[in-house]
Amino acid sequence: MLGEGILQGLAETAKNFAGSFVSKERLTTVQYPEERIAPIENTRDFPILIYDGNDPMAGLRCVACQICEKECPPKCIYIVKSTDKKPDFVGKMQIYPTRFDIDISVCMSCQICVEVCPFEAIKMDTEFELSTTDRFGGLLYDREQLSKSNEHYHKIHPTEAAEVDARLAEEKAKAETKAKAAAEAAAAKAAAAAAAPPTPAAAPVAKVAPAKEPGA
Amino acid sequence: MSLSSQFDQIFVLLQHWIEGFFPQSLQPAVGAVVAVVAIVATFPAIFAVTTVLERKGLGRIQNRLGPNRVGPLGILQPVADGIKSLTKEDIVPRSADAVVHFLAPVVLVVAIFLGYAVLPVGRNMVLMNMDAGLLFFFAIGASTELSIFMAGWSSRNKYSLLGALRAVAQMISYEVPLLLSSVVAVMITGSLSTVKIVEAQSGFTGIFPHWYVFTPWGFAGFVLFVIAALAETNRSPFDLPEGESELVAGYFTEYSGFKFALFFLGEYLGMFSIAGFAITLFLGGWGAPFSFLGFVPSWAWFFFKLLAAIVFFIWLRGTLPRLRQDQLMNFAWKFMLPMTLLNILVAGAWRFLGEGWSRWVICSLVLLCAYVLLGRILMRHQRLGPRSYRYAE
Repeated sequence: MLGEGILQGLAETAKNFAGSFVSKERLTTVQYPEERIAPIENTRDFPILIYDGNDPMAGLRCVACQICEKECPPKCIYIVKSTDKKPDFVGKMQIYPTRFDIDISVCMSCQICVEVCPFEAIKMDTEFELSTTDRFGGLLYDREQLSKSNEHYHKIHPTEAAEVDARLAEEKAKAETKAKAAAEAAAAKAAAAAAAPPTPAAAPVAKVAPAKEPGA
Repeated sequence: MSLSSQFDQIFVLLQHWIEGFFPQSLQPAVGAVVAVVAIVATFPAIFAVTTVLERKGLGRIQNRLGPNRVGPLGILQPVADGIKSLTKEDIVPRSADAVVHFLAPVVLVVAIFLGYAVLPVGRNMVLMNMDAGLLFFFAIGASTELSIFMAGWSSRNKYSLLGALRAVAQMISYEVPLLLSSVVAVMITGSLSTVKIVEAQSGFTGIFPHWYVFTPWGFAGFVLFVIAALAETNRSPFDLPEGESELVAGYFTEYSGFKFALFFLGEYLGMFSIAGFAITLFLGGWGAPFSFLGFVPSWAWFFFKLLAAIVFFIWLRGTLPRLRQDQLMNFAWKFMLPMTLLNILVAGAWRFLGEGWSRWVICSLVLLCAYVLLGRILMRHQRLGPRSYRYAE
C-alpha cells in the first residue's frame, strides 16, 4: 500500500536513534584529536625521501635520476642534480639531488614515483596533519623536510620496509661478490703478467668493480 | 483569577504591565511592539535550539554523536555557528543586481515573520486576531516564492536561476494542496480566523478533545497539510531547491556569510510557522490533549506540540531520501490535488450527514477507498526494486 515503506523506514530510523543511546557498539565515532585509530599498514599520503644512517643529507638514497620527476602525473616534483658525487649504499659514486622539492598541494598521492624508483629512495608517508598558515610556501617541501630515516619507514610500513631492506642487502651482497671476483681476476692477471709479488688488491678493485656493475 | 489561569496568562499580564508605564494613547502601540519583540525573540531562539537538536538527532539516527564540542554536550554550537556566519566574507558576484541580491533574504525573513502575526500561540496570545487570519497567512506565505525568485534572478548565475525556477515550481505546486487541505477546517468552523478555529476545537467528549485530526476529513486534511507543508518549506524529502548532492544550493548558490544564514533562518522559521498552523488547524492549537490536563498553561501546550512537530520533521529528514523533480510534481498534481479536492467534498458531506455513526463510516470509507485506488493507479507503472545498471557493473 502507498506509504507503507515510509512507515517501515520511520521504524528503522527510530530503532537506530534509540539504539545509539542503548548500545555503545553502535556508535562508531572516534573523537579524533584525542582518540586515534592506528592507521592500517597500507595507509599512504605524500612521498618522503628515505636516508640511511644518521645524517639525512649524506645518507640520502636518491641519486637524482629524475625518473620520478618525469613520471609524476601532476608534475609536482622538482629535482636539481649535483655536479659532484658521493658514494651510495653499495659504495658506488653517484650524483645526488642538490634540490628536491615536492609541492604537496599538487601531489595526488598516486604512488607512481614510489613504483618507478629503482633505488628505493622515495616512499609514501602516513603523516596527515599537514595544515599550515602559508598555503604556497608552507606546502612546498624541500629535501630537508622530505627526508625521513629508514627507521621511520620501518615504523610506518614494516612489511614493505623489510622487503626493501632484504632486496638492498641482496644487491649489496651481489655487488660485493662481484667486486671480489673482479679483484681476484685482476690479481691473477697481474700475477700472470708480471710474475711479480701480488700488489694490494684493494685500490684497483674499488675503481674497477663499480664500473662493471649493471644498471648503475 | 486563579493561580493556574494567572500562569496561563502570564505573558498577557506581562504585556499589560509594560503597557502600564505608558500614557493611555500610546498603550496599543506599545502592546503591539512588545508582542512583536516577543515573537522576534522567541522563534529565532527556537531556531537556534532546533539546529543543534536536528544535528544531534540526525547524528543519532546515523549512529553518530553529532555536535559535542562547543559547550557541555555541544549545546553552545548555535553560538559558534552564529559567530562563524557573521564573520564570514560576504561575497556578491560582480554582475549581480546588488540591490535585489541584498533584498532577497531580507524579504524572505520579513515575509515569514509577518505570518506569525496571526498564529495563536496561547489563549489570548495572538498578535492580530484577524477575521481573515488564515487568508492573510497564505497570502504572506506566497510571497516567499517572490524572494526566492529574487535571489535566483539577481545572482546573474544560470544555476541559481534554474534552482530558483525549480524551487518556485515546487512551492507553487504545493501551495495548491496546502490551501485546499486547510479549507476543510475553515468549512467546519465557519471562520477564517485562526483564533476561532482553535476555539472550535477546544471542547471535550469525556476526556478526549474535539480536535479536527480525530475526524476522517480532519485526519486526511492533516496528513495532506503536513506533506504540502514539508514541500512548501523545502524540508526533506522535498528539499530539491537546496539539493546539496545535485545542485549545491540552487537558488542561494551565490549567497555567503550572514545572507546565507538568513536564508537558513527563513527556512526554519517557515517550518515553525507552518507547523504552528498545522497545530492550529488540526491539533487544537493551544488546547490540552486531555480534559484533566487543563491546568498546564495554554502556551506550554502550543510549544509542546510545536516541539513534537519539529521532532517529527527531523525524524522524517533522517528517514527519507530526496525525491526527483518529476516524482515531486506527479505527487503534487496526481495525488495531493485529487485527495484534497475529495477531502473538501467529504468535509461537506460530514457537515450535512448530521450527528451519528453513519457519517464516520461513510466519510472514512470514501477517503480510504480513494487513497487505496489512487495509490494503486500511481504505483501501477512503477517497477520498484534494485536498480540494474546496463553499462556500469
